[in-house]
Amino acid sequence: MSRTGLVRRSVVVAVAAGMSMSLAACGSSGGTGGGDGAAKGSGSATLDPAAKVTVSVDCQPPVTKAAERKQWDQDVAAFGKLYPNVTIKSKDASPCEEAAPFTAQLKGKTQTDVFYTYFTDLNQVLDADGAEDISAYVNETTVPALKDIDPSVLATLKDGGKLYGLPTSNYKMGLLYNRKLFKQAGLDPEKPPATWAEIRESAKKIAALGNGVNGYGEYSATNQGGWHYTAELYGLGGKMVSDDGKKAAFNTAEGKQVLQNLYDMRWTDNTMGAAQSLKWPDLMTQMAADKLGMYVGAPDDITYMVQTLKGDYEAYGMGPMPGAKAALLGGNDYMFKKGSSPDQIKAGIAWINFKYLTLGKGQFDYARTKTDGLPVGLPQPFFFTGASLAADNKAKAASATVPVQNYAPYLAVAVPGKTEPANAQQIYKVLDNPVSAVLTDRNADVAKLLADAETQVNQVLASLQ
Amino acid sequence: MAAISVAGKAARPTTHEGRLWRKVRQNLTAHGFLFGALLCFGFFTWYPMVREVVMSFQKTKRGKTSWVGLDNIDQLLQDPAFWQAWRNTLLFTLLALVLGFAVPFFVAVLLNELRHAKSYLRILVYLPVMMPPVASVLLFKYFYDPDFGLFNSILRALHLPTSAWLNSPDTAMLSVVIASTWMNMGGATLIYLAALQGIPGELYEAAELDGAGLWRRVWHVTIPQTRLILSLLLLLQVVATMQVFVEPFLLTGGNGPQGSTTTVVYLVYQYAFNFNNYGAASALGLIMLVVLAGFSALYVRLSRKAD
Repeated sequence: MSRTGLVRRSVVVAVAAGMSMSLAACGSSGGTGGGDGAAKGSGSATLDPAAKVTVSVDCQPPVTKAAERKQWDQDVAAFGKLYPNVTIKSKDASPCEEAAPFTAQLKGKTQTDVFYTYFTDLNQVLDADGAEDISAYVNETTVPALKDIDPSVLATLKDGGKLYGLPTSNYKMGLLYNRKLFKQAGLDPEKPPATWAEIRESAKKIAALGNGVNGYGEYSATNQGGWHYTAELYGLGGKMVSDDGKKAAFNTAEGKQVLQNLYDMRWTDNTMGAAQSLKWPDLMTQMAADKLGMYVGAPDDITYMVQTLKGDYEAYGMGPMPGAKAALLGGNDYMFKKGSSPDQIKAGIAWINFKYLTLGKGQFDYARTKTDGLPVGLPQPFFFTGASLAADNKAKAASATVPVQNYAPYLAVAVPGKTEPANAQQIYKVLDNPVSAVLTDRNADVAKLLADAETQVNQVLASLQ
Repeated sequence: MAAISVAGKAARPTTHEGRLWRKVRQNLTAHGFLFGALLCFGFFTWYPMVREVVMSFQKTKRGKTSWVGLDNIDQLLQDPAFWQAWRNTLLFTLLALVLGFAVPFFVAVLLNELRHAKSYLRILVYLPVMMPPVASVLLFKYFYDPDFGLFNSILRALHLPTSAWLNSPDTAMLSVVIASTWMNMGGATLIYLAALQGIPGELYEAAELDGAGLWRRVWHVTIPQTRLILSLLLLLQVVATMQVFVEPFLLTGGNGPQGSTTTVVYLVYQYAFNFNNYGAASALGLIMLVVLAGFSALYVRLSRKAD
């Protein structure tokens, strides 16, 4: 080795060591550094600061979302300063995931090295042999906030005890309501209904406003009827499938109650309107137009109603899931493409940690979010517990741009999160039928509908064994 | 004789391969183009078809593909949505033929009979085809709204009972067909019009001299003269309508109330993209292919007859 080369190498090692020490000190990305001595293939080792690595990452906000795009680019640049040898190749994507192209990508193995998925995608990704097991790479050094991530969230990214992804945002379902209509109907917007009986009573008062206003709304198409049925059943303490996942378990008193509530509101109370077979985002459109009083949804619906449908943050409130026994949770995460090198996985984890899992940085940089005119204060993401949750809530309240008190009823009740059943979409497809039946057929027989759905789901589950 | 023949062709290749090679060399450019086209067809059309057939008998689980014989078909047969989708598809086809075949033919006959404003009306009839399907669907969704829609407003104004349109399992499919017919009528009308204009004018003149009115001219001249073309178009329409996807997908989200608008192609889409069960999706596609191949064979027979 030449003298110049030796000097250059020494400088690189010194810079790398210094950088790794500073990273460890600030605890932001856990780069304790292994220098040249770090075992490259060892999963437990953190990213070698000297290793040149390029990772492609999707879901870069599109140029039409100027503020989000700017933040992404800023974060990539800031990450680049911490890890000068890591190149993040951003892939513009909007929407971040669509069923058909995503399926095609998995089939063609053309997903990015670090790719965006929904919590519900794990089975599909694993069936396509699309993701790396990252269990050995994720620890409290690489992801310092790991101990505070809700275990039920991490469980959605695990299979056979192995971890395949890191969460970036999540939600728990609750009751979304229009505060403006509540006030007009003489209801107290600070006290949303917490039971189905209360929802029925409130819906009657809201529907009585007339002018095409509906008290309550429900999806019943494109598998979303089944999805909401599941959420409402969980709220009442029911479950969709048996613990071993082999049998349907929703044909119970709670299951019947979900359908009966909907039937009664549609046909007895006449508070749901005649237009049914609704699918996402129909309910949001109705609520943003002040034509809908309540529906079961997730906090990010509020963002959609304001940013896309030009609604008003002040107009919406959120309460806990009716029944409050459990709330269906869902969300987004990133997985790591099968065949990625250990360094790519480590670099990807470092990026996810920097952008999505570090308080005060990336998505948790609320001061920046406020300056950029984006909403701060929505109860989402929802995956931290313990000290991280407390710190996040404090920081969020300090920079809030939305009326956080509107979501106080939702946050006040600690409803446990519950994941979707395995093979959820197949099950939801079946449950669309009874939900749409009670909303479109005055003669619907709840018991028979549920019994038929049970038989069909059992058939589906048997064919998947 | 043999000796002369051998001597005369001694310098030229006489085998089949030799002649083929000579022909290829003489038409190198043409063969180049042909090869390109075949490559494209092979890659984008035939290969996926072969893959579909292969995948119909396979299952992929945790990255491992295995042969499962007829399991995928068995799974489909057990799915109540399978039979419902076929019933719905056949209902759509039947309704689409009654409306989608008869209405454009009727409009084409009217246009053909017109003396004035023919071009203007032809453009008007074709206009819906030029509208993006999503825009047409949004329009019809508004028309069909049971509370505020145009159709129910008209019915109310006439003191007639209103309908739930897309919101009832009894009327959802008919509503989809009406929208679909409106969206696609222009294209079919123009094809019928072209067929009608191929009928010699003397036949109509003779019929008119015999005192035939519009209906008798249609019955005794137009229909017999266009019978074969009508049969071909009918078959093509059967093949096209059986593959319906866009209209129910956009109007009712695919399934419709209680699955009343789930079609076979939508079910293929669901199996592939919602359930990620490519095996069952391919098997369903294969079943569809066999059914449509039957109609296509009939089409080929009829078109030969037409030649």
